[in-house]
Amino acid sequence: MNSLMNSSINESDKRRWLKTAAGYAAGLLFGLGLAISGMTDPARVVGFLDVAGAWDPTLMFVLGGAVLTTFIGYRLVFKRPAPLLGGVFQLPTKRELDAKLLGGAALFGIGWGLSGYCPGPAIASISALSLPLLAMLVTMVLGWFAAKRL
Amino acid sequence: MDWIAGLQGLVGGVLIGLSATWLMAMLGRIAGISGIVGNLIAQRPRGDSAWRVAFLLGLISGPLLLMALGGGLGNVAGSPGEVIGAPVGSVGLMLVAGLLVGVGTGLGSGCTSGHGVCGLARLAPRSMAATGMFLLTALVTVYISRHLLGLGSP
Repeated sequence: MNSLMNSSINESDKRRWLKTAAGYAAGLLFGLGLAISGMTDPARVVGFLDVAGAWDPTLMFVLGGAVLTTFIGYRLVFKRPAPLLGGVFQLPTKRELDAKLLGGAALFGIGWGLSGYCPGPAIASISALSLPLLAMLVTMVLGWFAAKRL
Repeated sequence: MDWIAGLQGLVGGVLIGLSATWLMAMLGRIAGISGIVGNLIAQRPRGDSAWRVAFLLGLISGPLLLMALGGGLGNVAGSPGEVIGAPVGSVGLMLVAGLLVGVGTGLGSGCTSGHGVCGLARLAPRSMAATGMFLLTALVTVYISRHLLGLGSP
């Protein structure tokens, strides 16, 4: 009985470590992708959004490559009944296009256009922290807290 | 057109897609940065934080790994080889932009990764609407700030 309990504790310990390691690997791959693609350069992002100026198409290739890869990858993944490390696939179930979704997306787009940073690249650029980036990260976190209360 | 920059964008995009696929295959989670990190910080979900912290550390170490590898694989506009570009606005502008990005992705339940990559790949109507909306307001914002107000012209 005792040994059975021990082994099940070790099993859940092991699974927790595997989940953490898998999370790290996902983040690393994501950060590497952002860096190689140049999305850690806000000038590239603003260059893409500046269709009336010297347009920079790079972001189109990034989004295209990412969506296509994920589209194929998800189709393979969803052939399985559950994630490999246990639990269930946690997918959003909401369907309605409400004011919160569209209003939130509209505000996000304004901030993205002003700074050239969406959350991923802003966080991935922390190792080259500058005062403007720090300012952005601080108010972004405050914004996340505020959104929970709205 | 700069084909090298475009090719690097494509390669980086594929890596991002592989990351999203991996996270779904292993943990059953959407690779949305504002959801993963925002919920970690603003909600502190009990028993569901370790992988989020690990993802966050991985995200930060990605560019560092590319720098460590050398070989100038960065893709900063105008200075290829550099990995992380400088901010394009003042501290004041960034304070405003950060608040808009935080509140907006919080209310809209996602950003470029959650809606733009994972949501579009799932053909989710909410993500298509959100992505169309934030692309539209971002385009309009850049047009107004660069061409009408003359802020931060390159």
